[in-house]
Amino acid sequence: MHMAGVRFLQGNIACAEGAIAAGCRFFAGYPITPSTEVAEWLAQRLPKVGGVFIQMEDEIGSISAIIGARWAGVKAMTATSGPGFSLMMENIGFAAMTETPIVIVNVQRGGPSTGQPTMPASGDIMQARFGSHGDYAIIALSPNSVQEMFDLTVEAFNLSERYRVPTFLMADEIVGHMREKVVLPEEVETFTAPLSKKGARYYFKPDPKTLVPKMQVFGRGYNVHVTGLTHDERGYPATNDAKVHARLVRRLVEKIEKNADKIIKVEEHHLDDAEVVLIAYGAVSRSALAAVRELRKRGIKAGLLRLVTLFPFPEKLLAKLARRAKLVVLEMNLGQILREVQRCAKRDVHFLPKIGGELHTPREIVKFVEALK
Amino acid sequence: MKVVADIPSYVKCRHVCGASLAANRCFKFRLNVKDVNEEEYFAPGHRGCAGCGCTIAMRLALKVAGKNVIVTHATGCMEVISSPYPETAWRVPWIHVAFENSAAVASGVEAALKALGKKDRVKVIAFGGDGGTVDIGFQALSGALERGHDFVYICYDNEAYMNTGIQRSGSTPYGASTTTSPPGKESFGNKTFKKDMPHIVAAHGIPYVATASVAFPLDYMEKVKKALSVEGPAYVHVHAPCTPGWGIASEKSIEVARLAVDSGMWILYEIENGKSRVTYKPTVKKPVKEYLRMQKRFRHLTEEHIDVLQRYVDERWAEVFGED
Repeated sequence: MHMAGVRFLQGNIACAEGAIAAGCRFFAGYPITPSTEVAEWLAQRLPKVGGVFIQMEDEIGSISAIIGARWAGVKAMTATSGPGFSLMMENIGFAAMTETPIVIVNVQRGGPSTGQPTMPASGDIMQARFGSHGDYAIIALSPNSVQEMFDLTVEAFNLSERYRVPTFLMADEIVGHMREKVVLPEEVETFTAPLSKKGARYYFKPDPKTLVPKMQVFGRGYNVHVTGLTHDERGYPATNDAKVHARLVRRLVEKIEKNADKIIKVEEHHLDDAEVVLIAYGAVSRSALAAVRELRKRGIKAGLLRLVTLFPFPEKLLAKLARRAKLVVLEMNLGQILREVQRCAKRDVHFLPKIGGELHTPREIVKFVEALK
Repeated sequence: MKVVADIPSYVKCRHVCGASLAANRCFKFRLNVKDVNEEEYFAPGHRGCAGCGCTIAMRLALKVAGKNVIVTHATGCMEVISSPYPETAWRVPWIHVAFENSAAVASGVEAALKALGKKDRVKVIAFGGDGGTVDIGFQALSGALERGHDFVYICYDNEAYMNTGIQRSGSTPYGASTTTSPPGKESFGNKTFKKDMPHIVAAHGIPYVATASVAFPLDYMEKVKKALSVEGPAYVHVHAPCTPGWGIASEKSIEVARLAVDSGMWILYEIENGKSRVTYKPTVKKPVKEYLRMQKRFRHLTEEHIDVLQRYVDERWAEVFGED
């Protein structure tokens, strides 16, 4: 079905193939640089694997369509960049409230507003976490290579299905447009949210362990009531009941937080004896790894913590590292994951931001770390 | 809504000349090449492709509007090529807003001018491409028309999202190849017909709606002039070729645009206070195939699909011009 074997692919195309591998058979999107290739590729590929591609009239339409498609029983995805991501915010909250498993790819560019359409940035990280109104939790992943554009897209689908939560692939223009060698496996492990028994009265009753309710699908005998209003375990609106609201919204957050250890993935490089720990994600983490190697050559015990999962945030690990090493956060924004690190570290955190559309160079990072001494 | 070629002779121009609209004798808006403003408000040196049809639409509209105009602009090709760092092609005040709200921002500008008592002296033009008008900007445009703001909306229609690399829009014609309507085993290209935006706009009951083509510059400018003169919202939908998007040579741009009109793929008319009038009737109706053949985006089409398009055009032609 999806392309397999050793290939030389663009990141956005690897992402599209990852979606097909994960079982995605519906894509709704709207052209926006630098994510358009995901849509263009799927416009060609989905009809050939029995799927459907539709181009919507805007990004509000795109995310609404994939929510509709998932409730009709098809795994669905959309891809966008900053301005389109902003338009999607209301329905991201809706997907969180209705526990709709969908995948949203954001190939980030420089913002705010139209900003730098063809340049990379990581400016939408906090928007992914807190962009819609109200309390909720999501899962966000950050790929740093074309291989991961494939792997993490599959992972994003599996996580969204397992926890019934909108899941973000927070790529950037560099990984989206870069071309690299990739190895695409014949078979990938996929997960689909299990369906509940038909005719049940409490469709939104969660599993007591995972806190995730089973899924239903329109048109297969489930007369499920899906609403963005505060709802009880039957799915019926209960907007004036403080207890119902508190129980629902707490669970939406806790189903992610309590399962955080199972969700979170990080990459640790030379952390065992590190006195300075660089914290990076996305394309920057590749510069950071080169910098760590150079620093080690120069006799500085540096290490790298690369965040693969941005949210839920690896709080415990950060708190542990903060007790024994200096922390340096590297980001292509003016301080977003920095705030998360500061919150967990409870000590001074060093910060090297870079915006404007250029990646940190290893030399810049080495210079910055050496100056800390 | 039906466009009719023949307007009863009793329908008079509501402007000073009072001439019969049937004979197209309204002199107030007749333009002669020698009357055209020599000043350029859309400056040369922008980054439009050689042969770009849309830049012609920008340039001519501003020639008519003169310098007392404020322009709002949706995201799109024309926004990008007219404002390359660190320059601008706009010699009038210009604001680029998000993709979806050129008309909404124009509403705000117009209302503020009214509040300041400056409305008589300053015109407001909102530009949007076909995607920014018929798709994502549709809601903002509809709202602005319904509220009755005194502004002119000009949609430059190059029939796809050219800025992001040729994706289909609601205004892409049947059968056209774009990156999101790729022809192949599973598809013959764009499956839908062009959204009839001028009539959707006219259904709002606004005073003036017109279609135009960059191949008919005087006709287009007359329409912009009329649009600027009416009180309330006016809409001009100008057909403008995109050389890379349509797959045509730079020097063929105007030829293709003219052939679109001569084949009936695009019809030039105006709807003034609900009364429709065709402003140009081709002397010889060219076959659609001739128009399609000039462009790479239609090259894959089989006879069967060309027939579908020809029938579609014939029906509209008969509706507008009568059987002939």
